[in-house]
Amino acid sequence: MLIPHPLLGPRDAVEFTYLGDASLLARPDGLAEGADAAFHDYVYLRDNPAGVHRELWYHEQGDRSWLVVTRNTVTHEILGAELARDVALAMRGAK
Amino acid sequence: MRFSALRVIKEALTGHKGWQPLWRNPDPQPAYDFVIVGGGGHGLATAYYLSTTFRKARIAVLEKGWLGQGNIGRNTTIIRSNYLLPGNQPFYEFSMKLWEGLEQAFNFNAMVSQRGIVNLFHSDGQRDAYRRRGNAVLLSGADAELLDRDQLRAMIPFLNFDNTRFPIKGGLSQRRAGTARHDGVAWGYARGADLAGVDLIQNCEVTGFRIAQGRVLGVETSRGYIGAGKVGVAVAGMTSQVMAKAGLRLPIESHVLQAFVSEGLKPVIPGVITFGAGHFYISQSDKGGLVFGGDIDGYNSYAQRGNLAVIEDVAEGGMALMPMIGRARLLRIWGGIMDMSMDGSPIIDRTPVEGLYLNAGWCYGGFKATPASGYAFAHLLATDTPHDTARAFRLDRFAKGHVIDEKGAGAQPNLH
Ligand SMILES: Cc1cc2nc3c(=O)[nH]c(=O)nc-3n(C[C@H](O)[C@H](O)[C@H](O)COP(=O)(O)OP(=O)(O)OC[C@H]3O[C@@H](n4cnc5c(N)ncnc54)[C@H](O)[C@@H]3O)c2cc1C
Repeated sequence: MLIPHPLLGPRDAVEFTYLGDASLLARPDGLAEGADAAFHDYVYLRDNPAGVHRELWYHEQGDRSWLVVTRNTVTHEILGAELARDVALAMRGAK
Repeated sequence: MRFSALRVIKEALTGHKGWQPLWRNPDPQPAYDFVIVGGGGHGLATAYYLSTTFRKARIAVLEKGWLGQGNIGRNTTIIRSNYLLPGNQPFYEFSMKLWEGLEQAFNFNAMVSQRGIVNLFHSDGQRDAYRRRGNAVLLSGADAELLDRDQLRAMIPFLNFDNTRFPIKGGLSQRRAGTARHDGVAWGYARGADLAGVDLIQNCEVTGFRIAQGRVLGVETSRGYIGAGKVGVAVAGMTSQVMAKAGLRLPIESHVLQAFVSEGLKPVIPGVITFGAGHFYISQSDKGGLVFGGDIDGYNSYAQRGNLAVIEDVAEGGMALMPMIGRARLLRIWGGIMDMSMDGSPIIDRTPVEGLYLNAGWCYGGFKATPASGYAFAHLLATDTPHDTARAFRLDRFAKGHVIDEKGAGAQPNLH
Protein backbone atom coordinates (compact mmCIF):
# COMPACT_ATOMS: atom_id res chain seq x y z
CA MET A 1 0.00 0.00 0.00
CA LEU A 2 1.24 3.49 -0.87
CA ILE A 3 0.15 6.32 1.38
CA PRO A 4 0.00 9.76 -0.30
CA HIS A 5 1.71 11.77 2.43
CA PRO A 6 0.56 15.42 2.13
CA LEU A 7 4.13 16.71 2.65
CA LEU A 8 6.34 13.91 1.32
CA GLY A 9 4.37 12.40 -1.54
CA PRO A 10 3.68 8.65 -1.92
CA ARG A 11 5.31 6.60 0.87
CA ASP A 12 5.31 2.82 1.43
CA ALA A 13 2.88 1.85 4.20
CA VAL A 14 5.64 -0.18 5.93
CA GLU A 15 7.19 3.12 7.03
CA PHE A 16 4.11 3.70 9.16
CA THR A 17 2.58 2.14 12.24
CA TYR A 18 -1.17 1.82 12.51
CA LEU A 19 -3.27 2.97 15.45
CA GLY A 20 -6.89 2.58 14.34
CA ASP A 21 -10.12 4.47 13.73
CA ALA A 22 -9.59 8.24 13.36
CA SER A 23 -12.49 8.81 15.76
CA LEU A 24 -9.74 8.48 18.40
CA LEU A 25 -9.01 12.16 17.65
CA ALA A 26 -12.33 13.04 19.30
CA ARG A 27 -11.31 12.36 22.90
CA PRO A 28 -14.22 12.83 25.34
CA ASP A 29 -14.14 15.42 28.10
CA GLY A 30 -13.05 13.59 31.24
CA LEU A 31 -14.86 16.05 33.51
CA ALA A 32 -18.19 16.03 31.73
CA GLU A 33 -21.33 14.30 32.99
CA GLY A 34 -21.28 10.61 31.96
CA ALA A 35 -17.54 10.62 31.26
CA ASP A 36 -17.14 6.96 32.32
CA ALA A 37 -19.55 5.72 29.69
CA ALA A 38 -18.14 8.08 27.08
CA PHE A 39 -14.62 6.81 27.74
CA HIS A 40 -15.74 3.16 27.57
CA ASP A 41 -17.17 3.83 24.12
CA TYR A 42 -14.09 5.83 23.09
CA VAL A 43 -11.54 3.26 24.24
CA TYR A 44 -13.30 0.00 23.37
CA LEU A 45 -16.10 0.33 20.80
CA ARG A 46 -15.49 0.61 17.06
CA ASP A 47 -17.68 0.97 13.96
CA ASN A 48 -15.30 -1.43 12.15
CA PRO A 49 -16.81 -0.68 8.71
CA ALA A 50 -16.46 -2.90 5.65
CA GLY A 51 -15.69 -0.18 3.11
CA VAL A 52 -14.42 3.36 3.57
CA HIS A 53 -12.53 3.83 6.84
CA ARG A 54 -10.77 6.91 8.21
CA GLU A 55 -7.81 5.79 10.29
CA LEU A 56 -4.68 7.00 12.06
CA TRP A 57 -1.24 6.10 10.71
CA TYR A 58 2.03 7.33 12.29
CA HIS A 59 5.00 7.95 10.00
CA GLU A 60 7.47 6.38 12.41
CA GLN A 61 10.21 5.63 9.86
CA GLY A 62 9.75 9.02 8.26
CA ASP A 63 8.85 12.51 9.41
CA ARG A 64 7.01 11.31 12.54
CA SER A 65 3.77 12.97 11.60
CA TRP A 66 0.36 11.48 12.31
CA LEU A 67 -1.88 11.12 9.28
CA VAL A 68 -5.58 10.49 8.84
CA VAL A 69 -5.69 8.05 5.93
CA THR A 70 -8.94 7.26 4.14
CA ARG A 71 -8.84 3.66 2.95
CA ASN A 72 -11.25 1.02 1.73
CA THR A 73 -11.02 -1.97 4.07
CA VAL A 74 -12.51 -4.31 1.46
CA THR A 75 -10.11 -3.51 -1.38
CA HIS A 76 -7.20 -1.87 0.52
CA GLU A 77 -7.47 1.05 -1.91
CA ILE A 78 -6.18 4.26 -0.36
CA LEU A 79 -8.41 7.23 -1.14
CA GLY A 80 -6.50 10.05 0.52
CA ALA A 81 -4.40 11.27 3.41
CA GLU A 82 -4.36 14.41 5.53
CA LEU A 83 -2.20 15.59 8.41
CA ALA A 84 -3.98 14.51 11.60
CA ARG A 85 -3.06 17.90 13.04
CA ASP A 86 -5.14 19.66 10.38
CA VAL A 87 -8.06 17.33 10.99
CA ALA A 88 -7.88 17.85 14.75
CA LEU A 89 -7.67 21.64 14.40
CA ALA A 90 -10.61 21.67 12.00
CA MET A 91 -12.61 19.60 14.50
CA ARG A 92 -11.79 22.06 17.27
CA GLY A 93 -12.71 24.97 15.00
CA ALA A 94 -16.02 23.39 14.17
CA LYS A 95 -17.07 23.24 17.81
CA MET B 1 -23.58 -44.15 7.73
CA ARG B 2 -20.89 -44.94 10.31
CA PHE B 3 -17.19 -44.87 9.53
CA SER B 4 -15.07 -47.84 10.60
CA ALA B 5 -12.09 -49.81 9.36
CA LEU B 6 -14.46 -52.62 8.36
CA ARG B 7 -16.50 -50.19 6.31
CA VAL B 8 -13.41 -48.93 4.48
CA ILE B 9 -12.41 -52.48 3.57
CA LYS B 10 -15.94 -53.36 2.44
CA GLU B 11 -16.16 -50.25 0.24
CA ALA B 12 -12.72 -50.95 -1.21
CA LEU B 13 -13.90 -54.40 -2.27
CA THR B 14 -17.21 -53.21 -3.70
CA GLY B 15 -16.05 -50.29 -5.84
CA HIS B 16 -16.75 -47.50 -3.32
CA LYS B 17 -20.41 -47.40 -4.34
CA GLY B 18 -21.84 -47.16 -0.82
CA TRP B 19 -20.45 -43.79 0.32
CA GLN B 20 -23.11 -41.15 0.78
CA PRO B 21 -23.07 -37.37 1.21
CA LEU B 22 -22.12 -36.42 4.76
CA TRP B 23 -25.15 -34.20 5.29
CA ARG B 24 -28.52 -33.32 3.75
CA ASN B 25 -29.03 -30.05 1.92
CA PRO B 26 -32.44 -28.96 3.25
CA ASP B 27 -34.49 -25.87 2.45
CA PRO B 28 -35.16 -23.58 5.41
CA GLN B 29 -38.27 -24.19 7.53
CA PRO B 30 -40.40 -21.14 8.44
CA ALA B 31 -39.16 -21.22 12.06
CA TYR B 32 -36.77 -22.94 14.45
CA ASP B 33 -36.24 -23.02 18.21
CA PHE B 34 -32.56 -22.17 17.72
CA VAL B 35 -30.97 -20.44 14.74
CA ILE B 36 -27.16 -20.39 14.61
CA VAL B 37 -25.75 -17.77 12.24
CA GLY B 38 -22.44 -18.80 10.63
CA GLY B 39 -21.44 -22.26 9.40
CA GLY B 40 -17.82 -22.07 10.51
CA GLY B 41 -16.19 -24.23 13.14
CA HIS B 42 -17.87 -22.51 16.06
CA GLY B 43 -21.36 -22.40 14.56
CA LEU B 44 -21.24 -26.06 13.54
CA ALA B 45 -19.81 -27.18 16.89
CA THR B 46 -22.52 -25.19 18.67
CA ALA B 47 -25.24 -26.91 16.65
CA TYR B 48 -23.60 -30.29 17.27
CA TYR B 49 -23.43 -29.94 21.07
CA LEU B 50 -26.83 -28.25 21.26
CA SER B 51 -28.47 -31.15 19.41
CA THR B 52 -26.50 -34.05 20.88
CA THR B 53 -25.87 -32.93 24.46
CA PHE B 54 -28.31 -30.26 25.54
CA ARG B 55 -31.64 -30.15 23.77
CA LYS B 56 -33.87 -32.02 21.41
CA ALA B 57 -35.14 -29.06 19.47
CA ARG B 58 -35.56 -27.63 15.98
CA ILE B 59 -32.14 -26.22 15.15
CA ALA B 60 -30.72 -24.61 12.00
CA VAL B 61 -27.30 -23.32 11.02
CA LEU B 62 -27.44 -20.52 8.42
CA GLU B 63 -24.29 -20.06 6.33
CA LYS B 64 -23.96 -17.34 3.70
CA GLY B 65 -21.66 -19.42 1.48
CA TRP B 66 -20.67 -23.04 1.90
CA LEU B 67 -19.88 -24.75 5.19
CA GLY B 68 -16.31 -24.09 6.24
CA GLN B 69 -15.55 -21.34 3.72
CA GLY B 70 -14.34 -19.00 6.46
CA ASN B 71 -11.51 -19.15 8.95
CA ILE B 72 -12.18 -22.76 9.90
CA GLY B 73 -10.91 -23.66 6.43
CA ARG B 74 -8.09 -21.09 6.43
CA ASN B 75 -6.24 -21.49 9.71
CA THR B 76 -2.91 -23.12 10.51
CA THR B 77 -4.58 -25.77 12.71
CA ILE B 78 -2.64 -25.39 15.95
CA ILE B 79 -4.34 -26.65 19.11
CA ARG B 80 -2.91 -26.02 22.59
CA SER B 81 -3.94 -25.15 26.14
CA ASN B 82 -1.02 -23.09 27.43
CA TYR B 83 -2.61 -19.75 28.31
CA LEU B 84 -1.57 -17.68 31.31
CA LEU B 85 -4.68 -16.05 32.71
CA PRO B 86 -7.28 -17.76 34.90
CA GLY B 87 -10.11 -16.39 32.71
CA ASN B 88 -8.72 -18.23 29.68
CA GLN B 89 -6.74 -21.30 30.66
CA PRO B 90 -9.47 -23.59 32.11
CA PHE B 91 -11.52 -22.98 28.95
CA TYR B 92 -8.68 -23.95 26.61
CA GLU B 93 -7.86 -27.01 28.72
CA PHE B 94 -11.52 -28.03 28.53
CA SER B 95 -11.21 -27.64 24.77
CA MET B 96 -8.09 -29.83 24.73
CA LYS B 97 -9.94 -32.56 26.62
CA LEU B 98 -12.77 -32.40 24.08
CA TRP B 99 -10.21 -32.62 21.24
CA GLU B 100 -8.80 -35.76 22.85
CA GLY B 101 -12.15 -37.56 22.61
CA LEU B 102 -13.54 -35.78 19.56
CA GLU B 103 -13.02 -38.32 16.80
CA GLN B 104 -14.61 -41.12 18.79
CA ALA B 105 -17.46 -38.81 19.81
CA PHE B 106 -18.45 -37.68 16.32
CA ASN B 107 -17.16 -40.74 14.46
CA PHE B 108 -15.08 -38.81 11.96
CA ASN B 109 -11.35 -38.60 11.30
CA ALA B 110 -10.33 -35.05 12.19
CA MET B 111 -6.64 -36.07 12.23
CA VAL B 112 -6.12 -34.75 15.75
CA SER B 113 -2.40 -35.19 16.32
CA GLN B 114 -0.81 -34.36 19.68
CA ARG B 115 2.63 -33.78 18.30
CA GLY B 116 3.58 -31.11 20.81
CA ILE B 117 4.43 -27.41 20.71
CA VAL B 118 7.56 -25.49 21.67
CA ASN B 119 7.54 -21.72 22.29
CA LEU B 120 11.14 -20.55 21.98
CA PHE B 121 12.79 -18.00 24.27
CA HIS B 122 15.98 -16.01 23.83
CA SER B 123 16.70 -14.13 27.06
CA ASP B 124 16.51 -14.47 30.84
CA GLY B 125 13.48 -12.20 30.96
CA GLN B 126 11.62 -14.30 28.45
CA ARG B 127 12.59 -17.49 30.27
CA ASP B 128 11.09 -16.08 33.47
CA ALA B 129 7.90 -15.11 31.66
CA TYR B 130 7.58 -18.59 30.16
CA ARG B 131 8.37 -20.25 33.49
CA ARG B 132 5.53 -18.25 35.00
CA ARG B 133 3.20 -19.19 32.16
CA GLY B 134 4.23 -22.86 32.47
CA ASN B 135 3.49 -22.81 36.19
CA ALA B 136 0.08 -21.26 35.56
CA VAL B 137 -0.62 -24.00 33.02
CA LEU B 138 0.45 -26.71 35.52
CA LEU B 139 -1.75 -25.19 38.23
CA SER B 140 -4.72 -25.41 35.87
CA GLY B 141 -4.13 -29.17 35.57
CA ALA B 142 -2.68 -29.10 32.04
CA ASP B 143 0.85 -30.07 31.05
CA ALA B 144 3.83 -27.79 30.49
CA GLU B 145 7.57 -28.33 30.53
CA LEU B 146 10.48 -25.91 30.37
CA LEU B 147 13.15 -27.25 28.03
CA ASP B 148 16.73 -26.06 27.96
CA ARG B 149 18.89 -25.51 24.93
CA ASP B 150 20.41 -29.02 24.92
CA GLN B 151 17.04 -30.72 25.12
CA LEU B 152 15.88 -28.59 22.20
CA ARG B 153 19.01 -29.38 20.22
CA ALA B 154 18.25 -33.09 20.56
CA MET B 155 14.61 -32.55 19.48
CA ILE B 156 14.93 -29.99 16.71
CA PRO B 157 18.59 -29.79 15.70
CA PHE B 158 17.97 -27.82 12.51
CA LEU B 159 17.19 -24.53 14.25
CA ASN B 160 19.70 -21.70 14.15
CA PHE B 161 20.58 -21.78 17.87
CA ASP B 162 23.24 -19.11 17.55
CA ASN B 163 21.29 -16.41 15.75
CA THR B 164 23.08 -13.22 16.79
CA ARG B 165 19.97 -11.20 17.61
CA PHE B 166 17.82 -14.04 19.01
CA PRO B 167 20.03 -16.92 20.21
CA ILE B 168 17.80 -19.82 21.30
CA LYS B 169 18.11 -20.37 25.06
CA GLY B 170 15.27 -22.87 25.48
CA GLY B 171 11.54 -23.24 25.11
CA LEU B 172 8.26 -23.82 26.87
CA SER B 173 6.75 -27.05 25.64
CA GLN B 174 3.32 -28.63 25.86
CA ARG B 175 3.37 -32.21 24.68
CA ARG B 176 -0.40 -32.62 24.48
CA ALA B 177 -0.65 -29.70 22.05
CA GLY B 178 -0.55 -30.33 18.31
CA THR B 179 -2.57 -29.96 15.14
CA ALA B 180 -5.84 -31.19 13.62
CA ARG B 181 -7.28 -31.27 10.13
CA HIS B 182 -9.25 -28.01 9.97
CA ASP B 183 -11.70 -29.05 7.23
CA GLY B 184 -12.16 -32.42 8.90
CA VAL B 185 -13.24 -30.67 12.08
CA ALA B 186 -15.88 -28.66 10.23
CA TRP B 187 -17.10 -31.71 8.32
CA GLY B 188 -17.19 -33.89 11.43
CA TYR B 189 -19.28 -31.39 13.38
CA ALA B 190 -21.50 -30.73 10.36
CA ARG B 191 -22.15 -34.43 9.85
CA GLY B 192 -22.73 -35.01 13.56
CA ALA B 193 -25.20 -32.14 13.76
CA ASP B 194 -27.00 -33.25 10.60
CA LEU B 195 -27.35 -36.79 11.98
CA ALA B 196 -28.93 -35.31 15.11
CA GLY B 197 -31.51 -33.51 12.96
CA VAL B 198 -29.99 -30.05 12.58
CA ASP B 199 -30.78 -28.29 9.27
CA LEU B 200 -27.53 -27.02 7.74
CA ILE B 201 -28.63 -24.32 5.31
CA GLN B 202 -26.01 -23.03 2.90
CA ASN B 203 -26.10 -19.99 0.61
CA CYS B 204 -28.30 -18.33 3.18
CA GLU B 205 -26.95 -14.95 4.28
CA VAL B 206 -28.44 -13.28 7.32
CA THR B 207 -29.17 -9.69 6.33
CA GLY B 208 -31.04 -8.45 9.40
CA PHE B 209 -32.90 -9.27 12.58
CA ARG B 210 -36.57 -8.88 13.37
CA ILE B 211 -36.71 -7.39 16.86
CA ALA B 212 -39.78 -6.30 18.80
CA GLN B 213 -39.89 -4.92 22.36
CA GLY B 214 -36.20 -5.68 22.79
CA ARG B 215 -36.63 -9.33 21.86
CA VAL B 216 -35.43 -11.09 18.73
CA LEU B 217 -38.19 -12.85 16.76
CA GLY B 218 -36.20 -14.15 13.82
CA VAL B 219 -33.74 -13.33 11.08
CA GLU B 220 -34.07 -11.83 7.61
CA THR B 221 -32.04 -13.86 5.12
CA SER B 222 -31.27 -14.04 1.42
CA ARG B 223 -33.66 -17.01 1.43
CA GLY B 224 -36.49 -15.22 3.22
CA TYR B 225 -37.54 -14.62 6.80
CA ILE B 226 -36.85 -17.36 9.34
CA GLY B 227 -38.46 -17.24 12.76
CA ALA B 228 -36.38 -18.17 15.79
CA GLY B 229 -36.82 -18.69 19.52
CA LYS B 230 -33.18 -17.88 20.10
CA VAL B 231 -30.47 -16.70 17.73
CA GLY B 232 -26.76 -17.40 18.28
CA VAL B 233 -24.31 -15.46 16.12
CA ALA B 234 -20.85 -16.96 15.37
CA VAL B 235 -19.62 -15.20 12.24
CA ALA B 236 -15.96 -14.50 13.16
CA GLY B 237 -14.58 -11.65 10.99
CA MET B 238 -18.07 -10.44 10.03
CA THR B 239 -19.23 -10.00 13.64
CA SER B 240 -19.32 -6.17 13.64
CA GLN B 241 -21.24 -6.14 10.35
CA VAL B 242 -23.85 -8.68 11.42
CA MET B 243 -24.36 -7.34 14.95
CA ALA B 244 -24.70 -3.78 13.64
CA LYS B 245 -27.95 -5.04 12.10
CA ALA B 246 -29.18 -5.56 15.65
CA GLY B 247 -28.02 -2.07 16.62
CA LEU B 248 -24.90 -3.16 18.52
CA ARG B 249 -21.49 -1.56 18.37
CA LEU B 250 -18.80 -3.95 19.58
CA PRO B 251 -15.27 -3.98 21.04
CA ILE B 252 -14.00 -5.64 17.86
CA GLU B 253 -11.90 -4.75 14.81
CA SER B 254 -11.58 -7.01 11.75
CA HIS B 255 -8.01 -7.74 10.68
CA VAL B 256 -6.37 -10.02 8.12
CA LEU B 257 -3.96 -12.84 8.99
CA GLN B 258 -2.03 -14.64 6.29
CA ALA B 259 -0.97 -18.29 6.13
CA PHE B 260 1.64 -20.06 4.01
CA VAL B 261 2.19 -23.61 2.77
CA SER B 262 5.26 -24.99 1.04
CA GLU B 263 5.47 -27.86 -1.43
CA GLY B 264 5.23 -31.32 0.15
CA LEU B 265 8.47 -32.44 1.82
CA LYS B 266 9.62 -35.50 3.75
CA PRO B 267 8.89 -35.33 7.50
CA VAL B 268 11.26 -32.83 9.05
CA ILE B 269 9.40 -30.82 11.70
CA PRO B 270 8.22 -32.98 14.59
CA GLY B 271 5.65 -30.64 16.18
CA VAL B 272 4.75 -26.99 16.28
CA ILE B 273 7.52 -24.42 16.78
CA THR B 274 6.78 -20.80 17.59
CA PHE B 275 9.36 -18.02 17.31
CA GLY B 276 7.40 -15.15 18.80
CA ALA B 277 10.33 -12.76 18.84
CA GLY B 278 10.68 -13.22 15.09
CA HIS B 279 6.94 -13.18 14.27
CA PHE B 280 7.04 -16.73 12.90
CA TYR B 281 5.57 -20.15 13.69
CA ILE B 282 5.65 -23.43 11.79
CA SER B 283 4.48 -27.02 11.68
CA GLN B 284 4.31 -29.69 8.98
CA SER B 285 1.11 -31.18 7.67
CA ASP B 286 0.65 -34.93 7.22
CA LYS B 287 0.82 -34.30 3.46
CA GLY B 288 4.30 -32.89 3.99
CA GLY B 289 3.72 -29.19 3.39
CA LEU B 290 5.38 -26.77 5.79
CA VAL B 291 2.52 -24.76 7.27
CA PHE B 292 3.61 -21.42 8.65
CA GLY B 293 2.65 -17.87 9.43
CA GLY B 294 3.41 -14.78 11.46
CA ASP B 295 1.64 -11.70 12.72
CA ILE B 296 -1.57 -10.15 11.47
CA ASP B 297 -1.07 -7.46 8.83
CA GLY B 298 -2.02 -4.88 11.43
CA TYR B 299 -4.68 -2.66 9.82
CA ASN B 300 -8.46 -3.07 9.58
CA SER B 301 -9.31 -5.34 6.67
CA TYR B 302 -12.15 -7.35 5.16
CA ALA B 303 -10.14 -8.32 2.07
CA GLN B 304 -9.24 -11.98 2.84
CA ARG B 305 -5.80 -11.26 1.44
CA GLY B 306 -2.82 -9.46 2.90
CA ASN B 307 0.08 -7.39 1.68
CA LEU B 308 3.60 -8.21 0.53
CA ALA B 309 5.36 -6.51 3.44
CA VAL B 310 4.08 -9.13 5.90
CA ILE B 311 4.95 -11.96 3.50
CA GLU B 312 8.50 -10.64 3.48
CA ASP B 313 8.53 -10.33 7.27
CA VAL B 314 7.35 -13.92 7.71
CA ALA B 315 9.94 -15.19 5.20
CA GLU B 316 12.67 -13.33 7.09
CA GLY B 317 11.50 -14.83 10.37
CA GLY B 318 11.63 -18.29 8.84
CA MET B 319 15.13 -17.76 7.47
CA ALA B 320 16.34 -16.47 10.84
CA LEU B 321 14.94 -19.48 12.69
CA MET B 322 15.72 -22.32 10.29
CA PRO B 323 17.84 -21.28 7.33
CA MET B 324 17.12 -24.55 5.51
CA ILE B 325 13.60 -23.27 4.84
CA GLY B 326 15.12 -21.14 2.07
CA ARG B 327 15.28 -24.35 0.02
CA ALA B 328 11.55 -24.98 0.18
CA ARG B 329 9.26 -23.51 -2.45
CA LEU B 330 6.13 -21.70 -1.38
CA LEU B 331 3.01 -23.28 -2.81
CA ARG B 332 0.15 -21.12 -1.56
CA ILE B 333 -0.57 -17.99 0.48
CA TRP B 334 -3.98 -16.85 1.64
CA GLY B 335 -5.65 -14.68 4.25
CA GLY B 336 -8.58 -14.85 6.64
CA ILE B 337 -10.52 -12.09 8.37
CA MET B 338 -10.44 -12.25 12.12
CA ASP B 339 -12.57 -10.73 14.82
CA MET B 340 -9.84 -9.06 16.90
CA SER B 341 -11.26 -8.09 20.28
CA MET B 342 -10.01 -5.18 22.33
CA ASP B 343 -8.27 -7.40 24.92
CA GLY B 344 -7.39 -10.32 22.67
CA SER B 345 -9.87 -12.67 24.38
CA PRO B 346 -13.23 -14.01 23.21
CA ILE B 347 -16.83 -13.16 24.02
CA ILE B 348 -19.49 -15.83 24.68
CA ASP B 349 -22.45 -14.02 26.14
CA ARG B 350 -25.98 -12.76 25.96
CA THR B 351 -26.52 -9.37 24.34
CA PRO B 352 -28.77 -6.44 25.28
CA VAL B 353 -31.30 -7.87 22.78
CA GLU B 354 -33.21 -10.66 24.47
CA GLY B 355 -32.86 -14.01 22.71
CA LEU B 356 -29.79 -12.85 20.77
CA TYR B 357 -26.47 -14.41 21.79
CA LEU B 358 -22.93 -13.67 20.69
CA ASN B 359 -19.87 -15.84 20.11
CA ALA B 360 -16.97 -13.71 18.85
CA GLY B 361 -13.61 -12.07 19.44
CA TRP B 362 -11.54 -15.17 18.67
CA CYS B 363 -8.69 -13.23 17.14
CA TYR B 364 -6.13 -15.54 15.51
CA GLY B 365 -6.64 -18.30 18.10
CA GLY B 366 -10.14 -19.65 17.70
CA PHE B 367 -9.41 -22.94 15.99
CA LYS B 368 -8.13 -24.63 19.14
CA ALA B 369 -11.20 -23.29 20.90
CA THR B 370 -13.69 -24.82 18.44
CA PRO B 371 -14.90 -27.73 20.64
CA ALA B 372 -15.13 -25.75 23.90
CA SER B 373 -16.57 -22.71 22.16
CA GLY B 374 -19.32 -24.82 20.62
CA TYR B 375 -19.96 -26.58 23.92
CA ALA B 376 -20.04 -23.38 25.98
CA PHE B 377 -22.20 -21.51 23.46
CA ALA B 378 -24.64 -24.42 23.30
CA HIS B 379 -24.70 -24.45 27.12
CA LEU B 380 -25.49 -20.73 27.17
CA LEU B 381 -28.17 -21.02 24.48
CA ALA B 382 -29.81 -24.00 26.17
CA THR B 383 -29.64 -22.92 29.81
CA ASP B 384 -29.18 -19.12 29.72
CA THR B 385 -26.23 -19.52 32.10
CA PRO B 386 -22.57 -19.44 31.11
CA HIS B 387 -20.58 -22.67 31.05
CA ASP B 388 -18.23 -22.94 34.04
CA THR B 389 -15.10 -22.47 31.93
CA ALA B 390 -16.49 -19.51 29.97
CA ARG B 391 -17.69 -17.27 32.80
CA ALA B 392 -15.08 -14.60 32.13
CA PHE B 393 -15.99 -14.12 28.45
CA ARG B 394 -18.56 -11.42 29.17
CA LEU B 395 -19.48 -8.71 26.70
CA ASP B 396 -19.63 -6.10 29.48
CA ARG B 397 -16.17 -6.89 30.89
CA PHE B 398 -14.71 -3.83 29.15
CA ALA B 399 -17.12 -1.51 30.94
CA LYS B 400 -16.56 -3.30 34.25
CA GLY B 401 -12.77 -3.37 34.05
CA HIS B 402 -12.45 -7.17 33.93
CA VAL B 403 -10.55 -7.38 30.65
CA ILE B 404 -8.60 -10.60 29.92
CA ASP B 405 -5.46 -9.22 28.35
CA GLU B 406 -2.97 -12.14 27.92
CA LYS B 407 -0.34 -9.90 26.38
CA GLY B 408 -0.94 -6.77 28.42
CA ALA B 409 -1.13 -4.82 25.19
CA GLY B 410 -4.14 -2.66 26.04
CA ALA B 411 -7.10 -1.78 23.86
CA GLN B 412 -5.23 -2.06 20.58
CA PRO B 413 -6.23 -5.11 18.54
CA ASN B 414 -3.24 -5.07 16.20
CA LEU B 415 -0.91 -5.64 19.16
CA HIS B 416 -2.64 -8.75 20.54
C1 LIG C 1 -4.49 -17.61 8.55
C2 LIG C 1 -5.12 -18.00 9.85
C3 LIG C 1 -4.44 -18.86 10.71
C4 LIG C 1 -5.01 -19.24 11.92
N1 LIG C 1 -4.34 -20.14 12.71
C5 LIG C 1 -4.91 -20.59 13.86
C6 LIG C 1 -4.24 -21.58 14.64
O1 LIG C 1 -3.17 -22.08 14.28
N2 LIG C 1 -4.81 -21.98 15.80
C7 LIG C 1 -5.99 -21.45 16.24
O2 LIG C 1 -6.45 -21.82 17.30
N3 LIG C 1 -6.67 -20.52 15.49
C8 LIG C 1 -6.15 -20.08 14.32
N4 LIG C 1 -6.81 -19.15 13.55
C9 LIG C 1 -8.09 -18.59 14.04
C10 LIG C 1 -9.30 -19.46 13.75
O3 LIG C 1 -9.26 -19.94 12.43
C11 LIG C 1 -10.58 -18.65 13.98
O4 LIG C 1 -10.53 -17.98 15.23
C12 LIG C 1 -11.85 -19.50 13.98
O5 LIG C 1 -11.86 -20.36 12.86
C13 LIG C 1 -13.07 -18.60 13.96
O6 LIG C 1 -14.29 -19.30 14.20
P1 LIG C 1 -15.12 -20.01 13.02
O7 LIG C 1 -14.45 -21.27 12.65
O8 LIG C 1 -16.51 -20.15 13.50
O9 LIG C 1 -15.02 -18.92 11.87
P2 LIG C 1 -15.41 -19.02 10.33
O10 LIG C 1 -15.03 -20.32 9.75
O11 LIG C 1 -14.90 -17.79 9.68
O12 LIG C 1 -17.00 -19.01 10.40
C14 LIG C 1 -17.81 -17.87 10.28
C15 LIG C 1 -18.83 -18.16 9.21
O13 LIG C 1 -19.86 -17.19 9.25
C16 LIG C 1 -20.29 -16.99 7.92
N5 LIG C 1 -21.02 -15.71 7.85
C17 LIG C 1 -20.51 -14.46 7.92
N6 LIG C 1 -21.49 -13.54 7.78
C18 LIG C 1 -22.65 -14.24 7.65
C19 LIG C 1 -24.02 -13.83 7.48
N7 LIG C 1 -24.38 -12.54 7.42
N8 LIG C 1 -24.94 -14.81 7.36
C20 LIG C 1 -24.60 -16.14 7.40
N9 LIG C 1 -23.33 -16.55 7.56
C21 LIG C 1 -22.36 -15.62 7.69
C22 LIG C 1 -19.00 -17.00 7.12
O14 LIG C 1 -19.27 -17.26 5.74
C23 LIG C 1 -18.23 -18.12 7.79
O15 LIG C 1 -18.40 -19.37 7.17
C24 LIG C 1 -6.28 -18.73 12.31
C25 LIG C 1 -6.96 -17.87 11.45
C26 LIG C 1 -6.41 -17.51 10.23
C27 LIG C 1 -7.17 -16.60 9.31
